[in-house]
Amino acid sequence: MKRVLEGSHAVAEAVRLAKVQVISAYPITPQTHIVEILSQYCTNGTMKAKFLRVESEHSCMAALIGAQSVGVRTFTATSGQGLALMHELLHWAAGARLPIVMAEVNRALAPGWNIWVDQTDSLAQRDTGWIQMYCEDGQEVLDSTIQAFLLAETVNLPVMIVLDAFYLSHTYEPVDVPEPEEVDRFLPPFAPKFQLDTAQPCAFGSLVGPGDYMDMRYQIALAMDDALIRFGDVEDAFAALFNRRYGPVEAIDCADAEIIFITSGTVTSTCRLALQELRAQGEKAGILKIKLFRPFPVDRIRKELQAAKKIAVIDRNFSFGASGIFAQELRAALCNTPRHPVVFGYVAGIGGRDVTPELLKEIYWLTKNSEVPQKESIWMGIQEVKYAD
Amino acid sequence: MPTDVLDRELVHSGHVGCPGCGATIAMRFVLKALGEKTIMVLPACCWSVIAGPYPQSALKIPVLHAAFETGGATATGVRAALDMKGDTETTVLTWAGDGGTFDIGFQSLSGAVERDENFIYVCYDNEAYMNTGVQRSSSTPYGAWTTTTTGKDWKKLRKKNIVEALVAHRIPYAATASIAFPEDLLRKAQKAKNMKGSRFLHIYASCPTGWRIPSEMSIKIARMAVQTNIFPLYEVEEGLRYTINYRPKEYLVREYFRLQGRFKHLTEKDLDQIQQMVNEDWELLLRKAGEHV
Ligand SMILES: Cc1ncc(C[n+]2csc(CCOP(=O)(O)OP(=O)(O)O)c2C)c(N)n1
Ligand SMILES: [Mg+2]
Repeated sequence: MKRVLEGSHAVAEAVRLAKVQVISAYPITPQTHIVEILSQYCTNGTMKAKFLRVESEHSCMAALIGAQSVGVRTFTATSGQGLALMHELLHWAAGARLPIVMAEVNRALAPGWNIWVDQTDSLAQRDTGWIQMYCEDGQEVLDSTIQAFLLAETVNLPVMIVLDAFYLSHTYEPVDVPEPEEVDRFLPPFAPKFQLDTAQPCAFGSLVGPGDYMDMRYQIALAMDDALIRFGDVEDAFAALFNRRYGPVEAIDCADAEIIFITSGTVTSTCRLALQELRAQGEKAGILKIKLFRPFPVDRIRKELQAAKKIAVIDRNFSFGASGIFAQELRAALCNTPRHPVVFGYVAGIGGRDVTPELLKEIYWLTKNSEVPQKESIWMGIQEVKYAD
Repeated sequence: MPTDVLDRELVHSGHVGCPGCGATIAMRFVLKALGEKTIMVLPACCWSVIAGPYPQSALKIPVLHAAFETGGATATGVRAALDMKGDTETTVLTWAGDGGTFDIGFQSLSGAVERDENFIYVCYDNEAYMNTGVQRSSSTPYGAWTTTTTGKDWKKLRKKNIVEALVAHRIPYAATASIAFPEDLLRKAQKAKNMKGSRFLHIYASCPTGWRIPSEMSIKIARMAVQTNIFPLYEVEEGLRYTINYRPKEYLVREYFRLQGRFKHLTEKDLDQIQQMVNEDWELLLRKAGEHV
């Protein structure tokens, strides 16, 4: 049924449909709308789940690690500072091979306090072993969240559904909300591969020497590789029932494009508009939207970009001392291919600044008119800032 | 005490605890009382090692190793999931050291107790971070040497009173216990098992390695801690009703301190001052128990 939903509520509806059994959460703007609804669903019986009102994000993730180890389906949502506080336990959840699903609303990190969108919080967690999916709109958020449970439980890795603060979390859009029976057909009840059980006492997470430890980590690496394949299977199964598919990446007008934007999150939607205008002017432009960030779909990216001359990577994030993080990833993905486009990096929209079609077109012209990049990343819209030592 | 409780053994003999390890003795007794329908949450501490390396386990119950500061929260999740599966019978037990309880895990414990999570939290107290090599914690007593309170910088701050902190939460049950008083310890663990809500046991567990005592002195030192009123045995129900379980014969703290290498730098004057502090604390406890005259 089509409903007009906030991005946050699209997440909540998906969690309801996934029949999650234990939810744990700690409030932080702009994540709150997700968990407020879920709390009410647990209270009024819409969901048969326990809602744990813990005293911090750190305890929130710890509680889910405990619950998931007993073999139930779990969920949480957080943002910015909350995700940063969880960091240690993000490694733990993946290391313990627990298929926890979390919605993460991209928020800038303090200081100064800023509640608006910025991807640095989630990208700073890229090495924790979580699958990460960046979503563009409310429908994609709902669909991806439902899919996340199936993918997580197939490969035994946690999944982070990432959505932009406000531009997505607080924006109302029409969203097709599936019926519970339909979702049941797609997502069976959780069947854990291992669990805490007094009838079969085992120790989970014991001391482990260098020999076994490295082998265990390699298993996680293999599971991540597998996740790339399983992501496709999950999408196939979902498309068969719901007729919607997103892909690990989406290539828009890339076939004949000479300059391709690399986007993620809601910037993609804005860029679709800029692209129409550029195409109307006869420019050979395209967009490669990156949805799946971990595992990084390197082969698909190489294939989609092989004919382009240049790419313009839009980063709403920054790794100080290096460059935009998507730009780094793109350079790494492309460098071992014999012929590949020149990588131009642009930092835009930090801390919630608007990324307009005009800005994106400016980036296009900068890219077109430069032979090689002047810098690894160019900060857009910075006019009067002088370095103060 | 029923003999099946006394006879059952849920700790294998092949654990890797140090000789005379009080924490290992404490575990043996508590698991005798709780039985095999128990799931353990084990935050980082000496017991993370004692329990044995992968793929072995020194314990005959399921163990979930957990991040250092998450004892209360991880147990919260385990309990919630068991409840969702309709299993209200299994006991959830968090087993943590003093550092994991008084310091880094205090928030998580406080949160769990404020929510009255239905679980038992045992803190075995060896009065320092022993796993990492005897660094001071907020449970380290006044007067003690540790590797981070050396020379003239021996600890000159009081030990945090963890039971009183939990009593302030109106926790349904909080009790102290000692490896030197096994009947009392077993009774309290069984009592805790038969209650609902958050339950806390603070178990004095000597550490020969960290305290610089011979391993055969482990129980004797633990007994003296009780006999001198340094570690009184008492229990508190609903955060209100205090019961003092053992009447010491007013031994002097001096004897207790003189036997331990960690206190060897203390002067007679220091010991007098410590005696005074112990007396004060005991008076305070008597008053809370309504036994002050
Ligand atoms: C976040 C974090 N900080 C530090 C450590 C290192 N660490 C592991 S065990 C431990 C000491 C534990 O002390 P306590 O809780 O008193 O237990 P004990 O070792 O004395 O039995 C420390 C500091 C850790 N595992 N995690
Ligand atoms: Mg200790």
